[in-house]
Amino acid sequence: MVAKQSGRNRGGGGGGTAAATEVSVEELARVPLQAILLADSFATKFHPITLERPKVLLPLVNVPMIDYTLAWLESAGVEEVFVFCCAHAKQVAEHLENSQWFAQPNFSVTAIESNNAVGAGDALRLIYEQNVIRGDFVLVSGDTVSNMSLAEALGEHKERRRKDSNAIMTMVITQSKTSPTTRQSRLGTDELFMAIDPDTKQLLYYEDKSDKGTVSLDKTLLSDHPSIYLHNDKQDCYIDICSPEVLSTFADNFDYQHLRRHFLKGLLDDDIMGYKIFTHEIQSNYAARIDNFRSYDTVSKDIIQRWTYPLVPDVQFFGNSSTKLDRQGMYRASVVGQSRSAQVGPFTVIGSGTTIGSQSQISNSVVGEGCKIGANVSIEGCYIWHNVTIEDGCQLKHAIVCDGVVIKSGVILEPGVVLSYKVVVGQQFIVPAYSKVSLYQQPIKQDSDEELEYADSSTGFMDASSLSGLPDKLKEESTIQLSESQLQAASEVGSGGVGFIWSTSEGSHEEEWRHSVAPIPPAKLLEIMHTSNNELEVVQQDGNLPPSGELERDSVTANSNDYDDDDVDVKDDYEFFENEVEATFKRALEENIKEDDVILEVNSLRLSYNLATADCSGALFYSMMKSALSAPHPSPSDLVKNAATVITKWKKLLKYYLPSIDEEVGLLISSSDPDEIEVILKFEEMCLESAKEYSTVFVQILHLLYDKDIIQEEAILNWASEKEGADETDKLFVKQAEKFIQWLNEASEEED
Amino acid sequence: MPDVHALVNDFLIKLKRRKIEGSKATAKVTAEVLRSFISQQRLPNTNQAGALIDAVKAVGEQLIAANPVELAVGNVVRRVLHIIREEDLSLTAAAIGGLSLSAGSDDEDDVGHDEHPALSAAAVAAAARSTLRPPSLQTLLEDVPHTAAVPHTSSSGGDSEGKSKSADKNSSTKRLKHNVIEAVNELIQDIVTCHEQIAEQAVEHIHQNEVILTLGSSRTVVEFLCAAKEKKRSFRVFVAEGAPRYQGHTLAKELVTRGLQTTVITDSAVFAMISRVNMVIVGAHAVMANGGVIAPVGLNMVALAAQRHAVPFVVLAGIHKLCPLYPHNPEVLLNELRSPSELLDFGEFSDCLDFGSGSGSPILHVVNPAFDYVPPNLVSLFITDTGGHNPSYMYRLIADYYSANDLVLQRRSAS
Repeated sequence: MVAKQSGRNRGGGGGGTAAATEVSVEELARVPLQAILLADSFATKFHPITLERPKVLLPLVNVPMIDYTLAWLESAGVEEVFVFCCAHAKQVAEHLENSQWFAQPNFSVTAIESNNAVGAGDALRLIYEQNVIRGDFVLVSGDTVSNMSLAEALGEHKERRRKDSNAIMTMVITQSKTSPTTRQSRLGTDELFMAIDPDTKQLLYYEDKSDKGTVSLDKTLLSDHPSIYLHNDKQDCYIDICSPEVLSTFADNFDYQHLRRHFLKGLLDDDIMGYKIFTHEIQSNYAARIDNFRSYDTVSKDIIQRWTYPLVPDVQFFGNSSTKLDRQGMYRASVVGQSRSAQVGPFTVIGSGTTIGSQSQISNSVVGEGCKIGANVSIEGCYIWHNVTIEDGCQLKHAIVCDGVVIKSGVILEPGVVLSYKVVVGQQFIVPAYSKVSLYQQPIKQDSDEELEYADSSTGFMDASSLSGLPDKLKEESTIQLSESQLQAASEVGSGGVGFIWSTSEGSHEEEWRHSVAPIPPAKLLEIMHTSNNELEVVQQDGNLPPSGELERDSVTANSNDYDDDDVDVKDDYEFFENEVEATFKRALEENIKEDDVILEVNSLRLSYNLATADCSGALFYSMMKSALSAPHPSPSDLVKNAATVITKWKKLLKYYLPSIDEEVGLLISSSDPDEIEVILKFEEMCLESAKEYSTVFVQILHLLYDKDIIQEEAILNWASEKEGADETDKLFVKQAEKFIQWLNEASEEED
Repeated sequence: MPDVHALVNDFLIKLKRRKIEGSKATAKVTAEVLRSFISQQRLPNTNQAGALIDAVKAVGEQLIAANPVELAVGNVVRRVLHIIREEDLSLTAAAIGGLSLSAGSDDEDDVGHDEHPALSAAAVAAAARSTLRPPSLQTLLEDVPHTAAVPHTSSSGGDSEGKSKSADKNSSTKRLKHNVIEAVNELIQDIVTCHEQIAEQAVEHIHQNEVILTLGSSRTVVEFLCAAKEKKRSFRVFVAEGAPRYQGHTLAKELVTRGLQTTVITDSAVFAMISRVNMVIVGAHAVMANGGVIAPVGLNMVALAAQRHAVPFVVLAGIHKLCPLYPHNPEVLLNELRSPSELLDFGEFSDCLDFGSGSGSPILHVVNPAFDYVPPNLVSLFITDTGGHNPSYMYRLIADYYSANDLVLQRRSAS
């Protein structure tokens, strides 16, 4: 609101109101294009490296990331950039000074330093207070690599603004397919769901943390828009073209921190001031943000493969030394000492002043400036920064090695290792996969849960202070304590080594492979594939004979092979639910938990999975039969006995979910209780697939259930009549139960 | 002084970031930057030429390093160096002439000078200045006086003569600088007008009802074809579209607006169509000293097809494209690999470039070279602004325009 007013004031300086809008529009066009560059990601994904240096200064193919962003902004016609620095603000400002970004013609760079911002929201609020943004601006973070031209997106944005002043933001997106197995994009981010109106390009829905793989759209969206595309193959470039209202929105909503999670969601869900967000898809240009180690690896490779042209190593777009491109994507600086017998493979960048010893092999890697690589070293897929010493006979695979690291002879770095600044790795030491080594000890209070990167203000504050405070403090101490730490750390990274191996908490270790520079190991991939295959199998099984509530819907067409894919999710859910119930029941058996408590637990499970009571009875019965099966049963009759004991013991439990016939008799006189049929069907399914032992004693168990008043005769009869139409294999058990059914029929007739 | 620095820096940045496209534009800007650089350069009283050459060399080195692929930068820098050398030479010759002459010649103005060619020393000086170089093959083959009377050369010569006479008494610094700037202005003029100069010759090469094939787009080619069209020649043009940038499409559009019968074909159809073609006319990125051509990608294929069917392969090249280097020189960067996104849509292929799964090394590699090298034996004729030349004559032409001392500009670094 405030910004709008100020805009009017500016325009209103000329004269009347009608003229004022015109003037302001014109003025908007004349205002030099501004950009806000957030030189702090407010995240901890690059720990421990970012303890010593801000993320935006980390070299990406030997050039600091921020230089890519600035070079792009400059070439895209941005004239004024405000660099917001928070963590290590001094270093960022120093870099800008040294690299002469301040001295560019027609391109002004201003550094805004702050020490207490904990998120992008704080940064934007601070910039808003400084009142330096005069018109539309580009909002990027300092880790963005792109070569897109802003003109088109900017033109679209301005055009929309003219028609509708509520269109305050245009988000740049690009097409990128997520991996079908791991459900993560090539940049290592989670699968992103976006709903976009194909006509207006308005963004209607944004979900990047979809754990269950489900998307829920508001009904009103469908009524308001004639058509909606739901995309999961788009990637957010984190390049936003914003109007000044974005800043004022942040100022009004002081709890907004994260650009996407708070601001975007807030606008989409809460409908603040009727503001709208639009998207602009870039086709052939490149744009990506480095969010984690995986995207660091991916973007580096994209740069080497020249997708980011002209931001490539052999073009001196900014401050990089002259490099020549040889065949097969080999970039070599002009001054490289390479032994004749050394093999430098494809897609490799060698910085100037680096020497490579004999018989060494380097491929798919980036080696910085002034590195010394000994003989017989093998380097594959590594990112070696500046002034690194690697002694003879080392083997490095998919590692990040920061400035000044010394790797003594015979060291092996397993995939995914990160060695932070000035770490020394002792002789013959094997650094285990995915470990991170730093001179600094891991802060104990640090919650290494990656989710907390944009934490609420309390923890975030601590984090930020530790981020900025720790290095300075430690820098002084490290020199004094070096001998001490050397002694301490000797055991951690081999004899003569210096550094601490950071432990990762169990939770995040599981995810470590997702976000490392190393490719996902084939074993893990197999695992994922296996689980997804299992899910598929389950789906197929279910296709033959659906459990649970599906039957209610499809009971008319008993042959249920014609399930569409929509049901997959429901079945997945049911699968999980069934497992949970089984686990609960097992626990109940082992710990002798009361029935009421079990009911309570199962009920809560049912609610959390959003299933019907019928599903509970099926699942419970399934787990009961399973437990009976797990007890020793030398002969089928023993099995029946086992089942009988279990069923009698837990009868009440089962009865709870199978409402007695008395209550229902008035209501469901013609069609018997579906829950009971459910139990029978479940049992039938079990006999067929998971517990074949039961198939021989099917009738006996059925009888048992009848005797114990768990299943009413109507249910059995209905089951039989339902199965009449089915094919031969399906009727296997009906035939077995023929006599029993006959007896039941006669009995009921007698009663009548 | 600082504004020149800013100018040079600005140009350097533009070159580095590949913001200037096209060798003509680059050549023109290079010459202009060098002109203002020279005009602001303070020269010592002795050995002015040497100082100026060193200064220009230092700047030129930076410019060349900024974009080693764009050979036109180096060409213009060498041309300017050559101009300085020659102006220096002619001044010295004039000085010697002035010394040997009696004071009487001082009273005569330059009109009298033209009227009395018998004045031997002045004539020597004038000849040395106006031909601007040691006798070239061209001057030997053609009529010497005729070359000397090429309008702009003689007029500028006369002009500088007059100025030099007046400046003689003031300071010799201004004279050398002035002469050099005049000559650089001429060079800029040459670069600007090279299209017209080349296009003037169009009617001599394009005949009635011929079929011309070209690939991609080149401003020189457009002007050339249109000049022939304006002279009422009726002919047809086949335009190969020039993947991956498809500049042939824009060329076709332009030719059609000028009323030329145009056919667009794919690059791969060139061989099929070449038998119906009477002449191939293409532009070039640079012409090397051996007569080889660095040209937009795809032209080597066209040249081979033309040779197979004995179709003349004609290359149009402005004089700024003449490069005194040989393609085997190590400092010649022959090619530039551009973004693969010109070939493929990144989004479509993003799943092939997922390094998270698999071995982590890229399996899909897209190569997008900007240039081809066409060897001299495939080229039938070069048409420059001075006329048509054989590939084997190129080295000689280059000797006329460049000084042998300037061929290697980049100082080898100490290591």
